[in-house]
Amino acid sequence: MRLTPRQLVLTRTSDRGHGAAARHKAGMSKIRIDGLSKTYASRSGRVTALDNVSIAIKPNEFVTLVGPSGCGKSTLLKVIGALIRPTRGVLFFDGDPLLHPTRDVGIVFQEAVLLQWRSVLDNVLLPAEILGLDKRKSRARAMDLINLVGLGGFEGRYPRELSGGMQQRVSICRALIHNPSVLLMDEPFAALDAMTREDLGFELMRIWAADKKTVIFVTHNITEAILLADRVVAMTPRPGRIARIVDIDLPRPRTIAMEFTAQFKSYSDQVREVIYHA
Amino acid sequence: MTNDAATAILDQNEESLEPADSTLRSVLGSMLTLIALIVLWEALVRHFQIPGWLLPSPSAIAESMLEWRSELVLHTAVTLYETLVGFALSIAVSIPLAVAVVYSPILQNTIYPILLALQSTPKVAIAPLLALWIGFGAAPKIIVVFLVCFFPIVVATASGLAAVPAPLIDLIRSLSASPMQTFIKIRFPTAMPHIFVGLKIAITFAVIGAVIGEFVGSENGLGYLILVSTSQSRTPLAFGALVLLTVMSIVLYYAIALIERIVVPWAPRN
Repeated sequence: MRLTPRQLVLTRTSDRGHGAAARHKAGMSKIRIDGLSKTYASRSGRVTALDNVSIAIKPNEFVTLVGPSGCGKSTLLKVIGALIRPTRGVLFFDGDPLLHPTRDVGIVFQEAVLLQWRSVLDNVLLPAEILGLDKRKSRARAMDLINLVGLGGFEGRYPRELSGGMQQRVSICRALIHNPSVLLMDEPFAALDAMTREDLGFELMRIWAADKKTVIFVTHNITEAILLADRVVAMTPRPGRIARIVDIDLPRPRTIAMEFTAQFKSYSDQVREVIYHA
Repeated sequence: MTNDAATAILDQNEESLEPADSTLRSVLGSMLTLIALIVLWEALVRHFQIPGWLLPSPSAIAESMLEWRSELVLHTAVTLYETLVGFALSIAVSIPLAVAVVYSPILQNTIYPILLALQSTPKVAIAPLLALWIGFGAAPKIIVVFLVCFFPIVVATASGLAAVPAPLIDLIRSLSASPMQTFIKIRFPTAMPHIFVGLKIAITFAVIGAVIGEFVGSENGLGYLILVSTSQSRTPLAFGALVLLTVMSIVLYYAIALIERIVVPWAPRN
C-alpha cells in the first residue's frame, strides 16, 4: 500500500509515544498557521500576496475568508491545501507541519471543472479511483452523496446536460467522496446566479450539519460569508493580511430571515469597516 | 413536472430538434446550389462552344469517367493508399512525440523549437529531393504525406495536453495522483478533441501531399493521371481525376469527423 505523506507523518508521531498522541487529541487546532508570508516574483517586482498571516482553525469549524480581490484569500486557501509553499511560516495540520498535499482534504473551485467524458457518478468517483479506494463502497457513498445534494436520478447524465448549479453540486460530491476531514472551497458559488447561490449555501450548511467537517470557504460576498460561518476572517489587500476575525454567534440552522436582524447588520458592519478602510 | 422531465425536454430542444433541422436545411441548400452550378457550367460551355480540351462540360467529364473507370479506380486506390499510410504513420509518430515534448522539459527546450521553426518549410518543396533519394515508388509520396500531416498533429496534441484547466491540476495534485494516472484519466482525454482538430486539418493536407508527390515523379496515382492526361489534351479525364480527388478528400474528412463523434462525443461541435 502506498502511504501518503500525511499518513507517514501520523505513523511517525504515534511512534513517539502517548504524550504526542495525547497532544494531538486534546483541544488541538485542526489547522494552524504561524507567521505565514507568500511573495511572488512578477514583472513589476516582488508582490506580497500574504504578509505574516496567523490563524488557528478548530476541528469542524466553518470559517469563511472574505475580502476584495488581491487580498490573498485564494492564496491562503491554496497554502492550506499545501498546493503552494509559503515563502515564510509554517502550516500545521492536526498538529504536524504539512509540506505536501494530504488526502484528508477535499477541494471545490469556482468552476466545477468536471470531466466532460465522465458521467456524474464517474466524476464523483474520480478521487476514489486516484486514491485506490474500495470500488463497491465508493460507489455506494457516491450515490448517497448524489442523493444528498438532490441529484438522484442524474448519476448517469453528462456534465454538458447539467446547469451550472447542478455541476457545482457534483463537484461538491467529488470533494467529499473520500470523506476528508477538511473541505476547502474557493469562491464555489461565485459563478452562479444569486438564487442558485443562496440555495447552494443552505444546502452546503445542511451537508455540513449532517457530516461535520472543517470547512474553509473563500468568498468576496460579505453576506454569504456571515450567513455560512462560525467565524469570518476579513482580509485586506496589498499586502494580503488578516484585518479582523469576527465570531458569528447566530444560532443554527441559519435562515434567510437572520440577514435582516440587527445582529447580522452589526457583523456586516464590522467586516465592511476593515475591508473598506484598508 | 419533475426536474428530470424538464431537463429532458430542454435536451430535446437544444440538442436534437434544432441542429438536425438546420443541418438538413444546410445540406439540402448546398446540394441544390451545387446542382444549379453544374447546370450553369454545362449551359455556358455549350452556349459559347468552348472546346473540350480547354474546359470540358460536366457531361463530357462524366462520359470520360465512365469510359476510363477501371483506370480511375486503380489510380484512386494508389493515391488513397499513399494518403492513408502516410497519415497513419504520421499519427503513430507525432502523438507520442507530442506527449514526450509535453512531459520532457529537455525536449521542450531542444527539439520542439526546432520543430516549430521547420514547420514553416514548405514540405512539398522537399518532394523532388525525396524522388532523387528514394525514387519513384510509393515511399517518397508516403513520406511527403507524413511530413505535411506531422506538424498539425504534433501541435494540436501538444496544445491539447497542456489545455487541462488549472483548478483541475490543483485537484489532482491535492490527491497526489501519479503522473500515469494524471495522463490517462485527465490529460489525454482532455487533449482528444484538440487532437481531432489536428487530424481533420492533417487529412486534407494528406491528399494534397500525395498528389504533389505524384506530380514530382510517378507512374500511377490520380496526380500522375492529371499530369499525363493534360499533357495529352485529355482534359475531361484530368477533370475526372480532380473530381475523384475532391470526393476522396471530403470522404476522408467526414470519416475522421465521424470517428471523432464516436470517440469524443463531448467535443464541441461547430
